[in-house]
Amino acid sequence: MSTIVLLLITGLGLGALYFLVASGLSLIYGLMGVLNFAHGSFLTLGAFIGWEVARRLSDGTWWTLGASMIAGAIIGAAFAAATEFFLIRPLYLRHIEQVLVTVGLALASVALFEGIWGTDPIYVVNPEWLGLTTEILGARIPNSRFLLIGCAALVLLAIVLFLKHTRYGLIIRAGVENRSMVTALGIDVRRAFTLVFAIGGAAAGLGGVLASVYYGYVSAHIGGSLLIFAFIVTVIGGLGSLAGAAVASVLVAVLQQFANYYLWGTGDLAVVLALAAVLLIRPQGLMGKSVR
Amino acid sequence: MTKISARMRAGIIVAASVALIGFAALLPLLAIDIPGVFPGPSYTPGTLQVLAYAMLIAALALSYHLLFGLAGMLSFGHALFFAAGAYGLGVVLRNFAPEWLPPGGAFVAAILITIVFAIILSAFVGALSLRVTGISFAMVTLAFAQAGSVLVRRNPGKKTGGEEGLPLDVTRVPDALVGVLQTKNLYWLALAILVVVYLVTLWVEKSRAGHVVAAARENDLRVRVLGIRPYGVRLVIFAIAGVLAAIAGMGFLLLQSGVSPRVATPDFTLSLLVIVVLGGVGYRWGAVLGAIVYTLLDQRLTALAGSEAVASLPDILRIPLSQPLFILGTLFILVVLFLPGGIAGIPASVQAARRNQTVEEKELV
Amino acid sequence: MSENILSVRALRGSIAGQQVVEDVSFDVPSTGVTALLGRNGVGKTSTIKSILGLITRTGEVTFEGRRIDRMPTHKIVQLGIGYVPEDREIFSALTVAENLKLAERDAAPNREFIDELFPDLVQRAAQRAGTLSGGQQQMVSLARALLNTNKLLLVDEPTKGLAPRIVGEVANALETAARTVPILLVEQNLQVIRQLADRVVVLADGRVVFTGEADELLDDEDLITRLLGVHGDSAESSSAESSSAESSSAAAADSSTNEEVSV
Repeated sequence: MSTIVLLLITGLGLGALYFLVASGLSLIYGLMGVLNFAHGSFLTLGAFIGWEVARRLSDGTWWTLGASMIAGAIIGAAFAAATEFFLIRPLYLRHIEQVLVTVGLALASVALFEGIWGTDPIYVVNPEWLGLTTEILGARIPNSRFLLIGCAALVLLAIVLFLKHTRYGLIIRAGVENRSMVTALGIDVRRAFTLVFAIGGAAAGLGGVLASVYYGYVSAHIGGSLLIFAFIVTVIGGLGSLAGAAVASVLVAVLQQFANYYLWGTGDLAVVLALAAVLLIRPQGLMGKSVR
Repeated sequence: MTKISARMRAGIIVAASVALIGFAALLPLLAIDIPGVFPGPSYTPGTLQVLAYAMLIAALALSYHLLFGLAGMLSFGHALFFAAGAYGLGVVLRNFAPEWLPPGGAFVAAILITIVFAIILSAFVGALSLRVTGISFAMVTLAFAQAGSVLVRRNPGKKTGGEEGLPLDVTRVPDALVGVLQTKNLYWLALAILVVVYLVTLWVEKSRAGHVVAAARENDLRVRVLGIRPYGVRLVIFAIAGVLAAIAGMGFLLLQSGVSPRVATPDFTLSLLVIVVLGGVGYRWGAVLGAIVYTLLDQRLTALAGSEAVASLPDILRIPLSQPLFILGTLFILVVLFLPGGIAGIPASVQAARRNQTVEEKELV
Repeated sequence: MSENILSVRALRGSIAGQQVVEDVSFDVPSTGVTALLGRNGVGKTSTIKSILGLITRTGEVTFEGRRIDRMPTHKIVQLGIGYVPEDREIFSALTVAENLKLAERDAAPNREFIDELFPDLVQRAAQRAGTLSGGQQQMVSLARALLNTNKLLLVDEPTKGLAPRIVGEVANALETAARTVPILLVEQNLQVIRQLADRVVVLADGRVVFTGEADELLDDEDLITRLLGVHGDSAESSSAESSSAESSSAAAADSSTNEEVSV
């Protein structure tokens, strides 16, 4: 029993990390039809900047962590918005080229991060509480998982509120369904493009700082390895569906944890097989609309 | 008039190709040195190694061109088949040794077994992933490649060597293909692989299947109307591309005397995509050119990154210049943004611009 | 005095490299309803979409004396063009109220006018638009266009697939709107055309083959059969013959169209 609880909650924690990446990916794809390979780089830059902030302030306090998270989110948003504006926008509606540009950016930026911060992992210092465990139903859960779950829940809530109650949220929801009709109502949908990139980048940047808490280190490849799982999550959940991304994040991460524990560490393979199965049975994903 | 000139053009192209191949074949016997491009004179093993590597990557890029350039299938998992060739041959050579076969025979048998394995693998992966299209197809292929990558890293049954990679078991490889002194033989082998892959690619493109997938790339419906299901033809192309990639992978194993899990990663497929786009999507020789430019650039940029000239620069210049992938990635972005046809597309886009001009002039009259 | 609010000259449009509008020229006067007619698949919808820049186009489109053929769609619409697309294209995941809110462009939208015109929608404000009936969805689509004070409406097959009673309602709503704003209307239903249209432009094979007063066409059964194929399709070839003759006269007759209108 305690093992199952442990696997469920740690799975939820990992799922939180996946969601922070997948939410932006899914929104961007839904609105713009762009599969963003540079999304991992938004996360990595957020993680590094968070670490830079933390080491300049006094290390290891909650205030420092909070400042890192804010800095990570801001830098992630700025990087993402700049990406949209300078690289994606000139290739308007040329989806393959847009994907290619993000591939190039991913390669170049990871190399640049290696150049700046080196190839070795940099270990981070966190508030003491995060290194401890809490007992729930006999399972000793690492406290950092609770931070991740809480933050992801807040991000989900914030995005939902934004989508539901603001004009731009309305434009984004409408644009995901039928972008050209939005422009035919006299709305410049390109501004919404920059905005979804910024939102996705902020979530990813925050995710970067949280990933460094989760793994205990920062490296230039931290985003790239999460990105593959985030892609899988996004496709399983249904491209363009925020709720799908949330549900699939949890499903994938929990599946991964269980397979790792009960099936001799085959979590990664299980996830890949799950993706293949979902795509073949239900190509539009769990909550996606049918293929357009 | 156009007919004759077309035939003449074809003749010139064939002659030029033969001359180029002949020149490439003679290179190990010559002492050509292009400073800044080659690491040393053309007969040295170092230079031959780099050139052979570039040609194998070119063969791989050609097979990817069949998928992406010809059939418009954006696969993120093509590295899987390259790795299958390299690892397949490595594992078979290590574990398969019937007593009754002479050493050379075992080598040939291992190659045939690997090819059969590649056919089965690519047909299986293709049959599943081609059930979806577009971005979903890209994702399934990525997922399969990721599974392959995880598998070789896991080192199942201690067969693939895990993170360290799998060294070539030289006991069953002909002596002519082993060791630094034999690099020129490996170079010729790589050249032969490139020529064969090129010819197969050409043949596929000119075949009926090639025309059908090219038509289906532009417009699925148009092909369906003719009563052809694009699925079957696409699967054939996918399998051929997979086998060609595996052949390039086998050459890679021999050339590098081993294989590391790097060739199975999604990043490796991405660099393939970079190569094809850099050379020019849709152009056969664009893929070849892109591969050679990319490999040489990568090689030279790595050398540059380690040089003292770069080390003495201020940080703001030193850091970007010390990262070959940063420069290649940036170059790639610039090509996508400003040079849609890649290197091979430059003449065509110049021509098209000229033609447009004349059309407009005609319309004005 | 009336002049043309919209002029279309040598308009060509293409979708995925395939030409769907070939050399279309016509005018829309600044009052009344101009009906854009033709058999299925001649490019009426594509013509409307080309005007709005929703598909790739070349040619000259002038709105209120200003060239709009190089503008992005949202800028064109902001000049004061309302669009009611074929198949309604409402946002099915959004509520009725959200659909309307999204369409609000003016600082002071005509809320009361809309509420009066479509009382049904007031009651269903919180309902998801995707769950509405076809007729109600068409109301939403019309309401989106009528919410703002436009200088021109482009209305594409508003009665397609609707029950006869609803067709009447839609036609009446458009008749009301037409008192204050000129409309370019694509329509198949002859009765609706009779009720609304002042002038007609007929397309065939992506070109204009007839322009004139609505009555000219509607009173001539033969012409209707020949141009619109309403009563069976007797003569493909003869329509093709006439098309070349008519289109050349239509293209050349810039000034004559103006005269016709001012009569």
